[in-house]
Amino acid sequence: MTDLLNALILLANFVLVPALSYGSQLALGALGITLVYGVLRFSNFAHGDTMAFGAMATMLATWWLQSAGVGIAPLPTALLALPFGIAATALLCIGFDRAVYRYYRRRSSPPVVFVIASVGVMFMVNGIVRFVIGPDDRQFADGARFIMRARDFKEYTGLSEGLTIKVSQGMTIVIAAALVAALFWFLQRTRTGKAMRAFADNEELALLSGIDPGRVVMVTWTLVAALAAIAGTLYGLDKSFKPFTYFQLLLPMFAAAIVGGIGQPAGAIAGGFVIAFSEVTVTYAYKKFFAYLLPAAWEPQGLMQLLSTDYKFAVSFIILVVVLLVRPTGIFRGRTL
Amino acid sequence: MSFLVGENMHGGYGGADILRGCSIGVARGEIAVIVGPNGAGKSTAMKALLGMLELREGRVSLGGDDITALTPQARVARGLAFVPQTANVFVNMTVRENLEMGAYLRRDGIEETMEQVFELFPILREKHAQPAGELSGGQRQQVAFGRALMTGPSVLMLDEPTAGVSPIVMDELFGRILEVRDTGVAVLMVEQNARQALGIADRGYVLVVGENRHAGSGAELLADPKVRKSFLGG
Repeated sequence: MTDLLNALILLANFVLVPALSYGSQLALGALGITLVYGVLRFSNFAHGDTMAFGAMATMLATWWLQSAGVGIAPLPTALLALPFGIAATALLCIGFDRAVYRYYRRRSSPPVVFVIASVGVMFMVNGIVRFVIGPDDRQFADGARFIMRARDFKEYTGLSEGLTIKVSQGMTIVIAAALVAALFWFLQRTRTGKAMRAFADNEELALLSGIDPGRVVMVTWTLVAALAAIAGTLYGLDKSFKPFTYFQLLLPMFAAAIVGGIGQPAGAIAGGFVIAFSEVTVTYAYKKFFAYLLPAAWEPQGLMQLLSTDYKFAVSFIILVVVLLVRPTGIFRGRTL
Repeated sequence: MSFLVGENMHGGYGGADILRGCSIGVARGEIAVIVGPNGAGKSTAMKALLGMLELREGRVSLGGDDITALTPQARVARGLAFVPQTANVFVNMTVRENLEMGAYLRRDGIEETMEQVFELFPILREKHAQPAGELSGGQRQQVAFGRALMTGPSVLMLDEPTAGVSPIVMDELFGRILEVRDTGVAVLMVEQNARQALGIADRGYVLVVGENRHAGSGAELLADPKVRKSFLGG
């Protein structure tokens, strides 16, 4: 019995908690991608770097707040700096929309032109971030580190396995849930949110109903910027901030959006968790888990790991390919690419 | 006196002119129908009135004001409502949300208008929480119609409202169109089912290659042997 509990705690500690927080981060990122796809009708390759920009802006504000001695311990100061990060990212997104995407919108360019333009924007944002803060790894988390420490958990339960929950993980899950609820409320209940959905659903009819396309575009970019800045900051707090890792997040985030059904907000969330859980379960080494469950003589010799963590991106890639082959509309029947 | 008038309209979608001097007018409390063979420019004429294509020549006026230079959105704000032939509902939104979107520009209470639409199309009240994409063709047409009415229009323009619906639904729709006309709205529609449409029309236009070929009251056109012979199949 104790062995079974230990095995379960082991899984919770190394699979469930990390995948939940990583899944929340992916879901927020995929939501941004899916909103751009649904309303503006292109795949935004700049989204990963937009997240890096948001995290960077939040970090700069965090440092400034720290130097001024302002904090909200035990929570990280970055939480207080988030509004600044969101505002800066919104300005960046709307600025790029004015300078780049609006031109192509007026010319009614095909989606592929927008995609290529977004690759250009990606390189530019990438450059801005590296220019301002450099390509290195940075930590900006402060305040308490843990909600639950492994040692405390062991003492409390008497089990030999500990469960660790970091503040950043708990915060990620809570903020993501609140944000998703707020976004759905906005899209389902408010006049502006409904106008956005109408515009995404049938652009011509939305125009015939008197919906102002300029306003819809502005609101969309603001929402996307907020999602990107928050997702970027949460990821940076949880892992660490390194511009290149945000570019790498593009693949799992797109996979999440497509698996869930691109253009469908609910799909982005489901997709985020599907990708996160697949990645974590496939790359986890189950040796110890089986050691608890099997008789001593059967204890596995190898690591019992399906795939080395170095290959974790292959997981999203395989899921992406399989979904596109088998069910291109994704779980929630989004649009086909 | 016509309320919405397009005079001597010339224009097309960039290439050769599709409209070659066509004139259309409709008064409030009146139904005007545009009929004609395929490719005559019926839908194009309606789109020209709505501002969806640029006129090379001619003018459009609404209630005496020249609106030739206005965008479609500005014309919608002035009281023109248009029901496209296809893709005329928001498929992922509920019936009620579709109607709300129709009233997007209105800042006054919309419940009263919505009540009127529900009275006109009782099925919509029943299905108000269902996504419009899940409805049958005839029901969708009613949603599209209702969405346009929610703007509180002075002119209602319908592009082949009965395309692809059963004869029973067609009679039903025409009945509703008559009711809307009786509230003082100017109704302009393009129709394939020429005979039935002219039957309820106060005014009819027969278009051929972008020009007015015949015009008159619906009854006159139906009685005209030339129109009967060439367009109504004898």
